[in-house]
Amino acid sequence: MNFFRIMCVCAVLGFSISSSHAELTIEITQGVESALPVAVVPFASQGVPVDIRNIVNADLERSGYFKMLSEQAMISRPSTPAEVEFKNWQDLGQNYLVIGRVNPNGDGQYSVEFQLFDVYKGSQLIGYQMNSSIADLRKTAHTISDLIFQKLTGKKGVFSGRIAYITSNSLGNKKWTYQLQVADADGMTPQTIATSNEPLMSPAWSPDGKQMAYVSFEHKAAAIYVQTLATGARTRVAEFSGINGAPAWSPDGTRLALTLSKDGSPDIFVLNLASHALTKITNSLAIDTEPTWSPDGNNIVFTSGRGGKPQLYIAPSQGGNEQRLTFTGDYNARASFSPDGKYLAMVHGNGNNYRIGVMDMASRTINVLTSGPTDESPSFAPNGTMILYASRKGGTGFLSAVSIDGKMQQKLVFNSGEVREPAWSPSP
Amino acid sequence: MKVNKTLVALLVTACLLSACSDDKKPISATDGSQNATNGIKDASTSGLNASSGLNPQGLPNVNAGLGADGEFNDPNSPQPKIIYFMLDSSDVQPDFVPVIAAHAQYLVANPSLSLLIEGNTDERGSREYNIALGEQRARSVANLLLAQGVSNAQLRIVSYGEEKPAASGNDESTWEQNRRAELVYQGK
Repeated sequence: MNFFRIMCVCAVLGFSISSSHAELTIEITQGVESALPVAVVPFASQGVPVDIRNIVNADLERSGYFKMLSEQAMISRPSTPAEVEFKNWQDLGQNYLVIGRVNPNGDGQYSVEFQLFDVYKGSQLIGYQMNSSIADLRKTAHTISDLIFQKLTGKKGVFSGRIAYITSNSLGNKKWTYQLQVADADGMTPQTIATSNEPLMSPAWSPDGKQMAYVSFEHKAAAIYVQTLATGARTRVAEFSGINGAPAWSPDGTRLALTLSKDGSPDIFVLNLASHALTKITNSLAIDTEPTWSPDGNNIVFTSGRGGKPQLYIAPSQGGNEQRLTFTGDYNARASFSPDGKYLAMVHGNGNNYRIGVMDMASRTINVLTSGPTDESPSFAPNGTMILYASRKGGTGFLSAVSIDGKMQQKLVFNSGEVREPAWSPSP
Repeated sequence: MKVNKTLVALLVTACLLSACSDDKKPISATDGSQNATNGIKDASTSGLNASSGLNPQGLPNVNAGLGADGEFNDPNSPQPKIIYFMLDSSDVQPDFVPVIAAHAQYLVANPSLSLLIEGNTDERGSREYNIALGEQRARSVANLLLAQGVSNAQLRIVSYGEEKPAASGNDESTWEQNRRAELVYQGK
């Protein structure tokens, strides 16, 4: 039981962010032609520190589903339903219109109201009133984006989710600072969860989004930690001789699949977090690593070098019958299931080109979504529409996102250091 | 577990009072026990490593970097201390067999010394697979040393995969420099 020690950690999620703190900006590098025209009018507000309209506008634009009307092109700026002239918006070629108001309602709280209209039918589609503290105004804006997105696309919005990722900054002389950070899905308000001068790797959200498993080399050997985000308290759950890597939560949150090399070659194990019982799932002499659970919890897909080159294999999550899944490409690794279990994203390598591919689990065909040459660490958005991944160009690492049909691409630019290993938080 | 929870509460409090008292500093993930034995990675010293001045002069770059972490860079130990590998391979190339033999002789002659073998890979492919590949490289070197009489107790291996590149860039000459095992001598 000595590997199951509870320890202190100084990392506290609510840690204040200095103004020089690195932030992400997002560029849409490839959009969809059929994007729907939407106008979001600046919200009526007095002395509100957060521009809700700009956040909602940027969220919807970034999704690739919508073509947003610029503020300058607007000929009127209604903030109440009575002020809306639908003809103005029809003339501007807009299909949908969003208006809103933010008013203080005492105690530092704000009342945020908005309406979404169908411009051609001249009717309201949805309207909400929400109370928000100053600190939560950004979150409230993302919630508005989620509500609009869901109404117009029928898919759950992911704007109020968060992304975790690893950064590394060179200190010179072959030393780095590694940080595990969590930011809003738009890259704003990044918060540092853990910092070390030794590598941090493989962040994995618990299914309830409250905990993060990750690998840390802070003791000059790999160990796996589970950290509670709200408190910063953490538990060291695996600290065996050799590799302790690639943690992956079971869908019910009770177990971690992980890679251990304590018996010689790296194999997949499942660790029960309550009983600490360890079950060996694979037992090959080759490398077995990077486990990921199917969303129904029945299967584990993993990378294995048993065929000479890394390929993906699938096994029942209690171990047993192991079957090879990938046969095209000379390198298929680091699989990640879509939330509905129908797709499997992976690093798909051919020659020197490593791209993100997605396998249709029914037909077992792989569709390559990105252009490489060093794309890695695919992570599905909780609504299954986008895949976040890490790329590298000119020696710096950054994050990118691609829709699962490959048509929409975004680049998330970090203003300092290298950023990698993105993980999108699960649905709230 | 009740005792542990109390311990956590106390430790968190201690952390908040000490290392985390200045919220402008990066917050370290290091824990109390580590700080007790090896204070160099405390949050307050990150990037300002006080022990870096202890590094012996005139050693190759690789050891200058590693030595800064307080490891023992034995100036008498054999050179070179880096073993390079081919793409996707953990086989020791013939060129490096005599290098490893020299280290084996030195370790056999100095049983109080121990050696940390750090396996590394280039940046291509997935990160956790590269951790496994780096470990295989370190293990290949360890196996050759063991075969030449080095005691198991003198050896420790760790793989950093692609997390600690020796060179940055995305061309073959960079990748060659990163596919390596580094030998780091440590006092007993």
